[in-house]
Amino acid sequence: MDDLLADFLTEANESIGELDVALVHLERTPDDAETLSLIFRHVHTIKGTCGFLGLSRLERVAHAAENVLGKLRDNTLSASTHVISPVLAALDRIKDIIAGLAATGAEIAGDDSVLIAALEAVAEGHAPEPAPASASSAPPMEDDQITDADAAEATPHAAPAESATAQPAPRAPTEPTAAAQTIRVTVDVLEDLMTMVSELVLTRNQLLQLARTQDNAAFTVPLQRLSHITSELQEGVMKTRMQPIGHAWNKLPRLVRDLSHELDKKIELVMQGADTELDRQVLELIKDPLTHMVRNSGDHGLEGPAERRAAGKPESGTITLNAFHEGGHIIIEITDDGRGLPVDRIKAKVLSNNLATEAELAAMTDAQIQRFIFRAGFSTAAAVTAVSGRGVGMDVVKTNIERIGGTIDLRSMPGQGTTFSIKIPLTLAIVSALIVAAGGERFAIPQISVVELVQARLDGAKTTGASESIIERINDTPVLRLRDRLLPLINLNEQLRLGAAEHTATAAHIVVTQVGAHMFGIIVDRVFDTEEIVVKPVAPILRHITIFSGNTILGDGSVIMILDPNGIARATGIGTGSETRVTRQQSRETLQSSERTTMLLFRAGEAKRLAVPLGLLARLEDFPREQIETASGASVTQYRGRLMPLIPFGPDIDMTAPRQPVLVFTDGERSMGLMVDEIIDVVPERLDIQLGAGRPGLLGTAVIAGQATDVIDTGHWLEMAWQDWFRGAAAAGASAMRREVLVVEDSDFFRQLLVPTLAAAGYHVTAVGRAKDALALRDGGTMFDAIISDIEMPDMDGLSFARLVRQSGAWAELPLIALSGSAEPSAVAAGRDAGFTDYVAKFQRDNLIASLAQCIAGPLSVS
Amino acid sequence: MNQDLLDRRSIDRPSIDHIATATDHITQTFVTLTIGDQMCGVPVLGVRDILSEHTITRIPLANPEIAGSLNLRGRIVTAIDVRLRLNLPPAPSGSARMSVVAEQNGELYALLVDQVSEVLTLRDADFEQNPPTLAAIWADHSKGVYRLDGKILVVLDVARLLDLGETG
Repeated sequence: MDDLLADFLTEANESIGELDVALVHLERTPDDAETLSLIFRHVHTIKGTCGFLGLSRLERVAHAAENVLGKLRDNTLSASTHVISPVLAALDRIKDIIAGLAATGAEIAGDDSVLIAALEAVAEGHAPEPAPASASSAPPMEDDQITDADAAEATPHAAPAESATAQPAPRAPTEPTAAAQTIRVTVDVLEDLMTMVSELVLTRNQLLQLARTQDNAAFTVPLQRLSHITSELQEGVMKTRMQPIGHAWNKLPRLVRDLSHELDKKIELVMQGADTELDRQVLELIKDPLTHMVRNSGDHGLEGPAERRAAGKPESGTITLNAFHEGGHIIIEITDDGRGLPVDRIKAKVLSNNLATEAELAAMTDAQIQRFIFRAGFSTAAAVTAVSGRGVGMDVVKTNIERIGGTIDLRSMPGQGTTFSIKIPLTLAIVSALIVAAGGERFAIPQISVVELVQARLDGAKTTGASESIIERINDTPVLRLRDRLLPLINLNEQLRLGAAEHTATAAHIVVTQVGAHMFGIIVDRVFDTEEIVVKPVAPILRHITIFSGNTILGDGSVIMILDPNGIARATGIGTGSETRVTRQQSRETLQSSERTTMLLFRAGEAKRLAVPLGLLARLEDFPREQIETASGASVTQYRGRLMPLIPFGPDIDMTAPRQPVLVFTDGERSMGLMVDEIIDVVPERLDIQLGAGRPGLLGTAVIAGQATDVIDTGHWLEMAWQDWFRGAAAAGASAMRREVLVVEDSDFFRQLLVPTLAAAGYHVTAVGRAKDALALRDGGTMFDAIISDIEMPDMDGLSFARLVRQSGAWAELPLIALSGSAEPSAVAAGRDAGFTDYVAKFQRDNLIASLAQCIAGPLSVS
Repeated sequence: MNQDLLDRRSIDRPSIDHIATATDHITQTFVTLTIGDQMCGVPVLGVRDILSEHTITRIPLANPEIAGSLNLRGRIVTAIDVRLRLNLPPAPSGSARMSVVAEQNGELYALLVDQVSEVLTLRDADFEQNPPTLAAIWADHSKGVYRLDGKILVVLDVARLLDLGETG
């Protein structure tokens, strides 16, 4: 017998037990609305479940009974004996059928037409109305109105006491077997067990810790046994809490069926990995979010049959649920093959709800815009349908999932569908945590949010180590270059106001943490082991400190606090999340908000406010004046064993100050320094440049941190230092022949930045503002050596463009490099899927040149 | 005997046994402790444990009077520094301090004091209300005082001491 059926039988038997009592009670007090609705609910549940399980006979009987009960509830019938009796008879029939089900696993054949007819007759009020149903006067036996055999047979069972003794024969043998397989235990008992086992585990850990420090052989063996038994006990008790995720899903087929009727769409539900087990506490908590998301997929995600046909898709849409284990976590994916998330409509909604400005949106990737659906008060459904769009949106889903330490993300491809993936811990009771130290205190960080550990030198300690990471400081804000991105750092010492760190240390440990799509590093003094910890809630007087998610006792008996990465991110303003937008002050702290370009502000001579994208800079230096030498009329300094040319930004730079702030640009072995007067600040800002500064060395003006600021043209300054600045990289991969490169980029600013950069690197550049224009060039027969394309563009985005290029035509084999404001892994993956050869984040000039050289050299340099 | 006081006690401490001594004096038993130079007492029946020096983990960002948390046989107990709670200067560093563990709404709290001394049984006849001139912070956290030989014992109101709600 399958599990579903077994569950149903257990539940149905319980319901029937209650129904017997309730019906008799109703007969005595016909006005008791509460009892009536209880009865209705039970019968309705039985009916609903049998429909789902395909038990048609049972469903028909239950349905007929439900009709009568419905009338009773609506007060069109009163609960007199002649009404209640057939219902009781129906109940007995249900019992018989269920007994048969339990015995054989299938419905036994039988004819219920007479009973159903009787029920229908009562429901329609055809049966002669007896004297008003006075509650006490009507004994259950009085069934003379119903003369058929069915009802008569039911009479002996009408009272619960009797029904207990007069059970039909087939039921007797089946019940004990069912009882032997499962018993019902209250959740409280299991919870208590779990708590006690948790304590036992902690005590065991403490003992083991003691045993390690004290060499007492006599204890070793029994201690090991104790340890084993404890582990097994823990596992066993955990198992009692584990339930297949199918339990959270079993209402979904029905939901989807109803949905498809309601919305007039054809929807298929595919469920994979329903037997994946997880803690029942977690299960309960994700039930509602899952239901909501499936409903959303059906309502918003999938198109109607006509629209699907038009898009060349099969008429019926598919929602796929997939659950699987992945490294101590459960991943649940909800995929639909619908239209994908409509970026334009989300944008419009974002604007109308004032969640972001138009310019901010323009700087975002599609994925970032799509994530707005996780913001509070967001619903894209144009009309509020009965199904969704009631205002309880994805933000609630996200909050609920985060509450249990989970994360949620989405991938959406226009026209191809959307996938939501939820990552949740297996259990909430015991989690794996990384133990770290800061300011002399130890803390636990849940392993789920830890991405990697990086060791970095502190800024002050200048050594010759080549590949080692260095914590850099920009106006006191620490950042770390981690591969291709700048990682905002949070100093745990400072965040927790723990007091001075160990200043003698030259190296710091950085715990790279991910919260949603946002990564940040937590600077800690030391990293210890990973330990299994039992999460205990903090005392009520500490609940207001949201940076902690709980506390625990370690193996050595000490109490430590568990850090909540979500709380840290919120406290520092990383990841605007579902909260309101960060204020300016906070956004200064988060150096790399992925929605903005981080700009370095500085002052040089008369120009009070200048800016350069931080990503273009290699380092900031502050040289003592005496280190700056003059060689053949130009300033140079010795930098990392080489001479670095220093270019003053304008003639009015103050060359007398004892120290000289320098912006260092590096390309392979070569560096150049731009001398400025003062470094002001680093701010994340969306770039909206008014072009045409009319002065060499400046690209234009933008409003940064609320003030008009000139953005410098780095290309100009680089060439001032090394006339052949850009040749080096090009020479590596290209011959004397000028390579033709096509740039597809909608933003004037980036075109302005790219064209001279590439030209200087030895390429012949053609730039267009729209993908359509590029395709026109292709169809016109123009040939290039490589194409560089932006991803986010109006009309046709870079991904669609890449697909079209790859599909056919003369350019199908060309190297195709994507340029994008964000280099998130998912974006890179989407880019590669679409056919891009490489993916480079905007402003990563070096990477772009290197990538271009490599792409062009790759197929050509076979010789 | 002050009738008002008797009434108050019967409301505040219904669980306290009234032990009749040889005479008909009604008495109560207190754990005495020292905070600063002041002798204080808490009803013995409200005390779950007395701890000598214990490792206390600091809790960053918490109110200053929350000294941290400690492990009492597998339960996490929040420690409150009574000195700071009563606006007294912090204890000199390195001084060995003791704690009295009390329960409030199912949670255990350790009251960190300078010294825990003997258990005294005191006659209600020696009880008096707080003198009206007592500093507000003390008056707020005390239920009254006992006149002892040469000393005054302040009865601490544990519930009030643990009520950090308005400051948290």
